[in-house]
Formats: sequence, C-alpha cells, structure tokens
Amino acid sequence: MHGGMSAGELVAEGIRKDFPGGTRALDGVSFTARPGRVLTLLGPSGCGKSTLLRVVAGLEAPTDGRLTLDGRPLDGVPPGKRDVGFVFQNYALYPHLSVTRNLSLGLEARGLPRGEIDERIRETAQMLGIGELLGRRPGQLSGGQQQRVALGRALVRRPRLYLMDEPLSNLDALLREGMRAELKGLFRRLGATVLYVTHDQAEAMSLSDEILLLREGRALQCAAPLEIYERPADLFTATFIGSPRLTVWRGRAEGGIFVGGAARIPLPRELAHGPTIDLGVRPEHVVVSVGPLPDAWPARLEVAEPLGDRALLTLRVGDETLRAFSPHRAWPDSLFASVDSARFLWFDGETGRRLESGTAGGLDWCP
Amino acid sequence: MRETATGTTRERVAFLLPAALLLAAVVAVPILRVVSLSFERVELDGRAVTSWTGLSAYGRLWVDSRWWAALRNTAVFTGASTLLDTVLGVAIALVLHRRFRGRGALRAAVLIPWALPTSVMALAWAWIFNDSFGVANDLLARLGLIGRPVAWLGEPRTAMAAMIVAEVWKTTPFVALIVLAGLQGIPEEILEAARVDGLGASARLRKIVLPLLVPSILVAAAFRAVQAYGAFDIVYVMTGGGPGGATETVSLYAFQNYFRYLDFGYGSAIATQTTIFAALLAWIVIRLARPDGKEGEAR
Amino acid sequence: MKRAAFAVAAGAVVAWSLAPAAWQLATALKPDSEITAAPTVYLPHPPTLRHFAALAKRKPLGRYLLNSFEASAAATLVAVGAGLLAASALARMSGRRRRRVLFGLLLLVSFPPILLLFPLYEAARALGGVNHPLALVIPYAALALPLAIWILESAYRQIPREIGEAAVLDGLSPLQRLVRIELPLALPSVVTAGILVFIACWNEFLLALTFLTRDESKTITAGIASVGGSSIYEIPWGQLSAAVVVATAPLIVLVFLFERRIAGGLTRGAVKG
Repeated sequence: MHGGMSAGELVAEGIRKDFPGGTRALDGVSFTARPGRVLTLLGPSGCGKSTLLRVVAGLEAPTDGRLTLDGRPLDGVPPGKRDVGFVFQNYALYPHLSVTRNLSLGLEARGLPRGEIDERIRETAQMLGIGELLGRRPGQLSGGQQQRVALGRALVRRPRLYLMDEPLSNLDALLREGMRAELKGLFRRLGATVLYVTHDQAEAMSLSDEILLLREGRALQCAAPLEIYERPADLFTATFIGSPRLTVWRGRAEGGIFVGGAARIPLPRELAHGPTIDLGVRPEHVVVSVGPLPDAWPARLEVAEPLGDRALLTLRVGDETLRAFSPHRAWPDSLFASVDSARFLWFDGETGRRLESGTAGGLDWCP
Repeated sequence: MRETATGTTRERVAFLLPAALLLAAVVAVPILRVVSLSFERVELDGRAVTSWTGLSAYGRLWVDSRWWAALRNTAVFTGASTLLDTVLGVAIALVLHRRFRGRGALRAAVLIPWALPTSVMALAWAWIFNDSFGVANDLLARLGLIGRPVAWLGEPRTAMAAMIVAEVWKTTPFVALIVLAGLQGIPEEILEAARVDGLGASARLRKIVLPLLVPSILVAAAFRAVQAYGAFDIVYVMTGGGPGGATETVSLYAFQNYFRYLDFGYGSAIATQTTIFAALLAWIVIRLARPDGKEGEAR
Repeated sequence: MKRAAFAVAAGAVVAWSLAPAAWQLATALKPDSEITAAPTVYLPHPPTLRHFAALAKRKPLGRYLLNSFEASAAATLVAVGAGLLAASALARMSGRRRRRVLFGLLLLVSFPPILLLFPLYEAARALGGVNHPLALVIPYAALALPLAIWILESAYRQIPREIGEAAVLDGLSPLQRLVRIELPLALPSVVTAGILVFIACWNEFLLALTFLTRDESKTITAGIASVGGSSIYEIPWGQLSAAVVVATAPLIVLVFLFERRIAGGLTRGAVKG
C-alpha cells in the first residue's frame, strides 16, 4: 500500500499564536507527539487546544515557533500537503455528496488510481462498520454514523498524523462511552500517531498515552495520564484531573507543621515551601470510619450523594469541607476521616506549584 | 372560533384585513377586470360602445405577427439578461463574501444599480450608447475593438444588446445578494475539511461551493426571469421599442394598444397572455429548483 | 483568491457598479463643447453648473422631487402599517399555511405590472384622482406590501414564542402586544422594510407615467422621462444628465447611509426591484 501506514513524529517548539485584536491564544507551547502514540491536548475552554490543533493542521499560521513532522518543517506547507487527517467536532461532511464521495474526494484530489481508491474505501468502511451507509448522504445519517464517516474520511488517506477536534463531544453520553472504547481499539490497531483534543478529563485519561495540559495558552504539564494524576505539576492540574475534584485546604507552615482550618498535619521532611501552603486530598484516598482510626480527624456529615455502589460524602472537618467516598449505605452524623499521608498533595500557596521533598521537581516533558 | 395561546382566529383575521383589502382592491379586482376586458371591444363612436367579442382577441393575437415579434424579443431579452445576471451575480457574490475592510463600501457600491430608478438610468444608458458622442463607442475604439462608431440604438441587434446590458447592470445586485446569502449559509468547516483533503481553491469552488449554491442560484434566476419577462421601464425609455419595433417587448406592445391605439380589449388580451406566460415561466423554473416538490424555503 | 487578483476583481466590481452614474455626473458638469467632443472628454474642464440652472428653469425639479416624496412616503406608511399587522398574524400561523401565503405573495409581485395598469387607471380616472400624486399611494402600497410583509414576518419569528405567551398571560390584547412587544423588538426590521419600500415606490415608473400627465403632478421618474423634449434631434444631453443626477443623488445617499440594512433586507427574498 503506497504511503504506508507509517506513523509520524510531530515536534512542536515554542508555538505562539496571536490573533488580531491582541488575544494571545498560545504562548510558547512545545511538545513531541511520538510515533504510534496518542497525545491528548486537554484543558478548559479557551485554553488554546483547538487553536493548537488548527495550527498543526495548517488551518492557522503560528505567529512564532516551529513545527516538524518526521523532521520535515511544516512552515508554509498548505494543509492539503501536510499528510494529516482532520476530524472536526461538527464532522464537516460534504452535505451534497454521498458517503463514498465524502471519503474519496481527498484521494481523487491526490490522483490516486480508481482501483486503489475503491480498495481503501472498502477497507475503511469495514473497519468502521459503515459499509451499508456508503450510498447515503450525510443528511440521512444519525450523529453517531456521521461521526464514523468523519473518522473514515481521515482514515482513508492513511496520513502520518491524525488530528481530532473533540470528535465525541457532540454525541450523547451513552454513545460517547461506546465510541471511546472503539476509538482506543482503533488507535491501537492502526498504530497511529494521534493528536486528540478534548475538554473532558475522563476521556483524556482513558484514551491517551500522554496528556498535554493547557491553560490560557500555556502548557502546564506533558506526561502519561497516571503520572499527571499522581504527580500533578501544579494545583490547577491537580484540580482539573480527577473527578470528583480533590479537596483543597489552605494553611500556613509553622515549624514543620501544616496549620489549616481543619487539622494540624506534619509536613514531609525537606519540603521546600513558602509561607502559605495548599493541601490537596482526593476523595478516593479518604477513609471514612465510624470509629476513630489512628490519625483520624473527627468529622460531621453534611451531604451524602449516593452513586450506586458507593456514595460521595461532603464532610465538615473543623472549619473546612472534605469530600470522601464511602462504600457504605448509611452513616451517622459524626464520623472519622483519615488519609494515608503518602497521598497528600502539597502545593505552594503563592505559585501553585506542587512541592516534593527530596528530588528537585524536575518533571519529564512527554518522555 | 379557534383559540390558540396567542390569539383567536377572529383577531388574526382582523389583522390580515387591511393587507387583504389592499391586495384585493389593487390586484385581485383589476386582474378580473383585465380578463373581462379582453373579452370585450370598446369602440369610440361619439361615446364608448362596448361589445362582447369572446375569445376573438386571443384569436387575433395568434395571427398577429407583431405580437410574435414582441414575444421573440421578450424571450431573447429575458434569456440573455437572466443568464448574464446569474453569471455576474455569482461572481460578485464570491467577491463580496470575503471579510475585509471596506466591505461595507463595496456592498454599497454594488447596491447602487439596484437602488436607482430604471427609467432614469435608461436615459443614462441611452447616452452611453449614443452613436456620436457615447462613451461606449469611445471606450471600444480606444481598446481597438471597433473601427467605426456603432449606431447602437439605431440597429436592431445592437439596440437589443444595449438594452440587455442596461438591464443586467440594474438587476445583477439582486442576484448577487441572494447568492451571497446562500454562500453565507455554507459552514466554514466544510471548506476547511476540503483544504485538509488537499483540494485547491479552484477545486473547492467547483466541487463544493458551486454545487451547494445551486438552490440559491435557481431561486434568484427564477425571480429574475419572471421580472425580465415583464420589463417595461427600460424598453420604453431607452429604445421606445425601436428601431422599428426591434426591441418591443410584450409589455410595451400591450401599453401601445392601451394608450396609443386605444384598443383596450386587445391590450388586455396581450396583458393577460403575458401574465399567463410569466406564470408558466415561474412554474418551470421553480420546478427545476425543487424537483422533489418540497415546499420552498426562500428565506 | 490571491490578494492581488481579489483587489483587481473588487475594483472591477466597483467600477462597473458606479461608472454609469459617475459618467452622468461628469456629463452634467461639462460645458456643451466638451459634451459633444470627439474623442470623448472624460473629466469636465472646467466644471460648470449651467445645465442644472437651465434645467431648473425649464422643469419644476423641486416639484417633481416633492411629489415623489409625498407619494413614496405616504405609500410607505400605509404599506408598513398594513404589513405590520399582516405579518403579525402570519407569524403566528402554522408552518404550512404560512408558507403558502408567503409563496402566494411572492407570486403576486412577480406579475408583469402591465397587467394591472389599465384597470387601476380606469379606477383613478373614475375617482377623479388622475394627476394627483396621492392617487398613486394605494397602488404603490399594495404593490410594496409583499416586500414589507416578507421582511417583517421573518423579524417577528425571531421573537421567542414565550415572550408573546407571557404578554398574553399579562392580559395584553393582540394590538397591545403588537405595539408594545413586537414593534419595539422588531424595530430594526421595520426601518429596513420602510427603506426598501420607499426606494421601490420612488423608482416606480409605469403607473406614474400613466396617471400623471400634468407637469406639476409628476413624480421625478415620470418627469425625467419628459426632459427629452419633442424632437429627437434636440436632446439636451447636458440637461438630461443633470436631471439624472438630481433624480439619483438622494437615492445614492440613502444607499450609502443604510447599506447594511438594505443588503440585509434584500437577502430575505426581496422581490421588487
């Protein structure tokens, strides 16, 4: 098969994008998308992730910075010649053409022989399960079907790099979950390099090999999902990843002890900290008990939200709130909550950066 | 009386009444009168004497060579101006579609021909196509396209051509705006997908934009064809139907019968016939625009 | 399209659109000797206002303009008034019926105007209204009605239905709802409709030509057509051009002032041109 299915490597250095009117959408973003791996651009709306994707695609020109695909610079290369496949959030299918032609238009533009085109369409349709839809028009397809065709349009070109702009966000929740698993399987089978944009952190966690977390045009962290989960770069990242959100307590350091509104907690040794400290605790790491466990804090139950197999409890510890999971069905008003000290996440109160004792906080950037 | 959340039927009827009355008085009744007139003949014999002639006026039309000539002229006029309108209108719409500074001024300029009175500008065009001093001849001579000055309004073919140019100038903005609205309805993303697919600008235009514009183009062309068919102002003022009736359209012929020959019955027959043909034309083009018979959404 | 090619195209479009009117202005300002010069003199050198003065003496231009204004303004008020009411009722109709009515209105305006001319003339004569500019008001209003209704109806439908229902719950009558809620919310479209109707009435020729035979009653369109004079060899092109300039200047100003509204109104399927 010509053009092969070679997965490319994309290197972005210092990408900056300013829009007329003064908005700076991207402020010097750098990352590497390694061959055959899925890198997710994750962040709240307005963080620049879609802009970044469009810059990679060539739909927008960066104000500054370099992009190279397999060593070849992409400056000034038009989108059609970058060997990328793009899946739009709203699918952007050609409404007046059949599914077959939607898939074939790009191949025809490249002058591929008819036989090859038909073969690729057949293969792709089979892979995505859209073989029966080939004669129809987009207007006659459901949302989920349109999404597959949009995927197909990118797949059929066997590009070096796949770019996906929130492809699942227009689907209903049930469909989205199903498609997520399918997509993951598809990426594995293709061994493709994928740049995937989403605002849904659960989606990012499940699909990615690496996550690039963006906020207001800046990249905060680039690492594997679990890495980000366990060793977030800063408070914003820690709050963004993980659902429900972690609880944050603000306090001061007094002689090696964290003093906050809820409790006094010994700080880890050699923690380089400033005057104020933020302490983060994930609900899944809180143990709720009826009787006092060692180092447990007394707590009052404020709200219990049953989730089926477990419940999300909002507890009051001292002056502060603490969110915790509990597998039980009923709780008294007075409880105890304890956390394994190794699970505490410490952040500098001024900068928000995560504090770690011992090793200087040099995080690897998308290794 | 049906009650809906926002009003009763009686209230709705009341609101529609003024408009309905206006239209009845100015359109419905006169139409009936014209049709009935076409069945009569009025002779001025000291005073007006009306006699019933039935369909004989239409019979007269059938063998009236001047009528057929007028019909031919009208067909040529309508076909050529609609075609040119459409092509130019699409081109102008494409230019107007880009976002750039001064776009408002460009749009205003484009609107000017439509906003100016046809009858008044017809004089301007007669002057432009004047054989001795007209700027059309001067420009063409300077460009080396003609050797001698053309007597535009003095020759049948060139008079028609000049009239068509004048009409196209006036009505192209109308087509351009309707097509522009259609252009603005094409989602930008689809064109971006085409870019990523590797289609160049020309391919995008041919394979994506133009096919999607076809409904708007047909709607605009339909309106234009029907309007051109009934054109009066431009003909009366610019050529007066000359030279020698070479540019006389059916509307003008009807007018002559009414006010020059005072043959009211015959004029009415012509007017009626013209309307029937115009309606037919409209029906044909609309059928072309919506072959599946779905109700229109020209909004 | 590349930058340069686009600029050329845009320039061509502007030139094509403005050239005829601009040429009239140039001619109107040229002394007679330059008008009949060959090869053509393009810029007046020096410009003169003589033709305007002569024209003003020959023809009551001011009267023409006033008549046009009277007829058009009155017709606009009637058309927009009736249109406001009708569009309000239409906007509340069920989809299919409404579309049929709108479609029917569309058809109406497409009729060749010659069809209605004679009976209207008869009626005007019978009512003694010939040679009175106001005799044109009712026909003009009726012919512009579909245009007004189209624009207003689409504006009304932009108003969320809940607002109308809240007004009903508040006890407002349909007329009150129209005046207090729909009209203010649709005001921009009302203005647009007014402008487009006004322009259409101002430009009308056939009825004006037929109805108004006395010079003092003529509207500008009918009046200009008579500037030519009886003999075809005596056409005073300088004065003619001046007449065209006078007739078209107000409209050109109107267009540049209201260009966005006009373009917006037209794209909603306006028909009369």
